[in-house]
Amino acid sequence: MHPVIEREQLSPNVVRLVIEAPRIAKVRRPGQFVIVRKGPGAERIPLTIADNDVEAGTITLMIQAIGRSTTELTNLQVGDAIQDVAGPLGSETHLLASGHAVCVGGGVGTAVLLPIVRALSEAGVHVTSVIGGRSKEWVILEKELTELGDVVTCTDDGTYGRHGFVTEALKDLLDAGGVDAVYAIGPVPMMRAVANLTLPYGVATTVSLNAIMVDGTGMCGGCRVTIDGQTKYACVDGPEFDAHKVNFGELADRLTTYRPFEQQALDKLGACATTEVKS
Amino acid sequence: MTDTASPAPGGEEASGLPAKPASNKERMAIERVAMPEQPGDERARNFGEVNQGLTYQLAMLEAERCIQCPKPFCVDGCPVRVDIPRFIKFLRDGEIAQAAESLLSDNALPCVTGRVCPQETQCEQVCIRVKKGNSVAIGYLERYVADWAQKHLDELPKANPASTGKKVGIVGSGPAGLTAAGELCKLGHDVTVFEAFHAPGGVLIYGIPEFRLPKDIVQAEVDRLISEGVKVELDSIIGRTYTIPELREEFDALFLAVGAGLPVFMNVPGENFKGVYSANEYLTRVNLMGAWNPDSQTPILHGKRVAVVGGGNVAMDSVRTARRLGADEATIVYRRSANELPARAEEVHHAKDEGVRFEFLVAPVEVLADENRWVTGLRCVRMELGEPDASGRRRPMKIPGSEFTIDCDLVVVAIGTKANPLLTGSAPELKVNEYGYLVADEYGMTSMPGVFAGGDIVRGAATVILAMGDGKRSAAAIDSWLNGAWPPPPEANAKKPAKEAAVAAG
Repeated sequence: MHPVIEREQLSPNVVRLVIEAPRIAKVRRPGQFVIVRKGPGAERIPLTIADNDVEAGTITLMIQAIGRSTTELTNLQVGDAIQDVAGPLGSETHLLASGHAVCVGGGVGTAVLLPIVRALSEAGVHVTSVIGGRSKEWVILEKELTELGDVVTCTDDGTYGRHGFVTEALKDLLDAGGVDAVYAIGPVPMMRAVANLTLPYGVATTVSLNAIMVDGTGMCGGCRVTIDGQTKYACVDGPEFDAHKVNFGELADRLTTYRPFEQQALDKLGACATTEVKS
Repeated sequence: MTDTASPAPGGEEASGLPAKPASNKERMAIERVAMPEQPGDERARNFGEVNQGLTYQLAMLEAERCIQCPKPFCVDGCPVRVDIPRFIKFLRDGEIAQAAESLLSDNALPCVTGRVCPQETQCEQVCIRVKKGNSVAIGYLERYVADWAQKHLDELPKANPASTGKKVGIVGSGPAGLTAAGELCKLGHDVTVFEAFHAPGGVLIYGIPEFRLPKDIVQAEVDRLISEGVKVELDSIIGRTYTIPELREEFDALFLAVGAGLPVFMNVPGENFKGVYSANEYLTRVNLMGAWNPDSQTPILHGKRVAVVGGGNVAMDSVRTARRLGADEATIVYRRSANELPARAEEVHHAKDEGVRFEFLVAPVEVLADENRWVTGLRCVRMELGEPDASGRRRPMKIPGSEFTIDCDLVVVAIGTKANPLLTGSAPELKVNEYGYLVADEYGMTSMPGVFAGGDIVRGAATVILAMGDGKRSAAAIDSWLNGAWPPPPEANAKKPAKEAAVAAG
């Protein structure tokens, strides 16, 4: 069992949980994830490891309530426990060694971005984080990112920071020059827009793909994505890939496979007005 | 044996038994019993076990059919060398506890093998009675005794071996790993099994469906091993959570039995459309995650018309699962003919009874989909058989211009699995062959001293019982290694069944 040590509500549907997982805390690398199963009968859910504390033996997970299983996880309180946490899984982030990196986060993707920003910052890379949400209450982790570098915050409705999409802020940075790498994590349409934007600038761009998976070890093949015309498994070959080679259309489509089930499951849970993934 | 100590399970009466045969001639006159089954049309819509198991009366009758050969071929036909005549003799003498003890001392997972072993190509194929009719139903009797044992563990003597103080780490809790664990534990070693999933059993849990091998039966077998001292660490992915070098430091010996878990896809256009599953994913969702149960949180696509590509046991499991999940039409698409089907005869027979269709000499060329990228059909080409290929089977060749479409809304790809590099990649010292399988010597030792391997990760995708045979042989070799008796004495290895190569093709 993995007890919940801390819980924080980051936005209306994103929760930060610190849980006990000493072994994973010790060996995990940025970009890696865990598979979490709340208890008997629950689904296996992949979640990026946002942070770790080796001494305390804890890892930090950021969870966005989308379907029944994620909603149940976000409802966990301090003192509750998660039965199964398996990992760390996936390949670690290929980090820029020096220079200027722009890290673009949308929605809960910002949480996935945090460990990458931290690792880059610790390696001496100048980081500019560009984070967004549809309005102020959906912007997360601004304070943490500010401690690690520059931050540009955007909201779709202008209620906070810059009015507009993260891609507009990214374009200004690219036009200003000196950007060596871009890391973009968020909803598929956002990642696709970032990939299209950076391509003509010739800037290496990495995205993290949240494909549907069961085991996380390469066994089910459910997370297959097409990269440069080749089938790859997001769980072992990724989750991070060269943005300019990803078939985003196929990924977006495969992510809709269980949408009708998700709605039914939510209805069963009796959850009301849970927000759809921002896209 | 008195009536009060009757071995009959579930309060069945020992009455109604025919008189004991007085001679082998009378034994030879007894007809082989039939396994009670759920009717095909009924069971095609539920996940309850197909084979219901023998009653006490049927088991006692069948046990009388064994003529107790002085040189029993059946034992040589068994990859784990169960002393078959011995347990059957105890059973027919009414000494079921001793039958159970005898069986369990040879076979760590008899409830499993009694259900899923291809007995017809192993022990039963070489039974002396085949020459004059039907073999003894060894598998049915094994299951009967094993199921009795699972319900009456407290009536069996507890082994309490002296501790050797040696620690063995086993990677993978499938049939090879669990068998090795049971054997090593009996020898007094301190055994820990690492499992990547949240439940132990490997393919017994995620792969083989409930209607063929109920999951509570598997769990009970694992619980018995745990009660004997085996430790199981779940959610531990070796190669990620721990590395082989780390485990090698902590344990005196390792046994790697991670299986061949990576799915093989067809590599045809349209394979990433919604509604195409690997058999691994389809069966894992249904079995391990319990998606056959409508209350499960893990979703599964319920096809109305399902095409399953492949002709092995996994393909049969998938297509029969599709029927149970509500498919009106469930079709096996196989590129060779019925004669080459690698699946067990019983599985094929059960599938047919359940209304499964077979398209033989047909190979998929493309998955078709609608404008929303949902599967609508499988474009196929007809095949004919040419000259034998490397496997000895006649090579299927396309018939030009014979393309046609099988309308379907779900495609399950069950054309095999291959080695997962997750574990082997974490220890470059481990030698693998060109296909990524671990290279092991005649004792099962890999290129790393003290690190043994067996099951599918060495031999490629095969059967539960062959993996168990590897587990048992490797356990004996590991014991020799731990005792400093290396290489093991010749007799330890001489028990390798000769029939193995022929069986592996199944």
